[in-house]
Amino acid sequence: MSRLIVTAVGPATSVQDAGRFGAQRYGLPPSGAMDRLALATANTLAGNPPFTAAIELGPYGATFTAEDGPVRIALAGAARGIKIDDRVLPRNQSATLQPGERLTLGAAREAVFSYLAVEGGISGEAAFGSRSVNARAGLGSPVARPLQSGDRLDVDPATERAEQTIASLPIAPDPIRVVLGPQDDEFGDAVRTFLDGVWTISPTSDRMGYRLEGPLIRHRNGHNIVSDGTVNGSIQVPGNGQPIVLMPDRGTTGGYPKIATVIGPDLGRFAQTPPRRPFRFEAISVAEARQAAIAFAARLADLPARMTAVGQFEVNVAALHSANIAGHAVSAVDAGTWQSEPRPDQRP
Amino acid sequence: MAAEFLPPRMLPSGDAAITVEFARRIDDDANRRVLALDRLLAAEPIAGITETVPTYRSLLVHYDPLQIDFATLADQLTALAARPLPDAMAARHWRIPVAYGFEHGIDLDEAAATLGLSPEALIARHAAPTYRVAMIGFTPGWSYLSGLDPALELPRRREPRLNTPAGTISIGGVQAGVQCIAGPSGWHLLGRTPVRTYRLHRDPVFLLEPGDTLNFYPVDATTFAEMDRAAARGDIIAERVAS
Repeated sequence: MSRLIVTAVGPATSVQDAGRFGAQRYGLPPSGAMDRLALATANTLAGNPPFTAAIELGPYGATFTAEDGPVRIALAGAARGIKIDDRVLPRNQSATLQPGERLTLGAAREAVFSYLAVEGGISGEAAFGSRSVNARAGLGSPVARPLQSGDRLDVDPATERAEQTIASLPIAPDPIRVVLGPQDDEFGDAVRTFLDGVWTISPTSDRMGYRLEGPLIRHRNGHNIVSDGTVNGSIQVPGNGQPIVLMPDRGTTGGYPKIATVIGPDLGRFAQTPPRRPFRFEAISVAEARQAAIAFAARLADLPARMTAVGQFEVNVAALHSANIAGHAVSAVDAGTWQSEPRPDQRP
Repeated sequence: MAAEFLPPRMLPSGDAAITVEFARRIDDDANRRVLALDRLLAAEPIAGITETVPTYRSLLVHYDPLQIDFATLADQLTALAARPLPDAMAARHWRIPVAYGFEHGIDLDEAAATLGLSPEALIARHAAPTYRVAMIGFTPGWSYLSGLDPALELPRRREPRLNTPAGTISIGGVQAGVQCIAGPSGWHLLGRTPVRTYRLHRDPVFLLEPGDTLNFYPVDATTFAEMDRAAARGDIIAERVAS
């Protein structure tokens, strides 16, 4: 057994996987990763099934140390500085920490969450099929709370496989797609205001909900409805007219009208939007949302095929070209220099 | 009960859920139809449905959009919802002890005064009805009950409390509730029960099901303390009675 020691960590750092589904009828929120694509990317690089439990890091930096044996790690999601002792590690690439080596992660840039996956996963026990932390419900493994300095995580020793890298597909800062409803008829013309508006995310947001700041959304018949079920991405509008997008630690039911729902495929991209960066919503039909879900599933399934062993480069001419135009120094043999494209999991 | 129903509304909740809405307001017939559809789906599962969340007036149906599309699922749910309701739904019945008033129910006296009742009369009226678990939500084990005596309807508190104790028994509007874990609440706190409706490492982890029925009965503070210790060891405490 190897160990990963948490030597310094900010708030909002916790073990998360795909989430805990099946008990929402008893009031148990699903929890789970804020950005599923980034979680899957980190796990794929580490040699794990895509939704293996990993460490979700919020915007702050962190340091970890390996103990007793080698630990293979991979980081995906928000851009941040990555160093092993004094060596700089490119993003989206696995690496192995030898015992005593220190992994230093900087603060998030341009996005919010990163996922630190460990080969073999983190030892622990699932509750309702998940190790995701939900401190209020006393759930999460190996500890039922956010990680703290001094935590010692049991992990499998790194195997002998080659280190892997992955070139994520660049993606434009498109609007966040929503399906209107289930209570859009409580809003009348304010639906247009919602869709035309430029929005930002309040810094008071967390894993339960993202508070939006933008134009006032007025209700037609008051803001109290009889509580009904919520989903990840439900956009409820309380009395002050400023919407709240419900995230994985949400209450399973809510008593404010819901004007629209962020579609699952865009929820990670939405979660990665930093406070104060302007964005818009775009309404699509349920049928279009289903096509988006199918495309997103294909993209997740395609992750292993896009991975290459470090040192066995397929030169990506398009990426080299665009990186050169952008004025970066580019080397065809150093993945870290040409992977300067915006990552799909880092752009709003 | 009406022989014919309006079909429920099929409202999209994103790409992976349908809200099957039977009513806009709290409505006992609507809640029965919600629970009946929920049970029908448990008995005759539709491939692609991943879980359901019954509430007072609607059934939230989560589904996998890779397995089934909205229109197909909406048609199937509409057909199921058109089936006649069973004459009586099988329900488990529970007796739940409550320590009313004092430190366990800090709003009892004020709520009684607002309602023009003595605290004893409020307790008697709260403990008299048979309630049905209309839904469970918000936080783990928080059970929303229908069946409150209309004489006990009170607007919610103007200022919600940020933290109320585990086991709180409260009323708000036309609703009564059993709260399991500590958390915020804008309802009026009448008492506390030692019963844990949610407890990890106990079988069952969740004690109550939507559709269950229950009565409250008063216990004194000493009995509450004994029961609470037993509940902390994993005892169920709530008494299940043949209905």
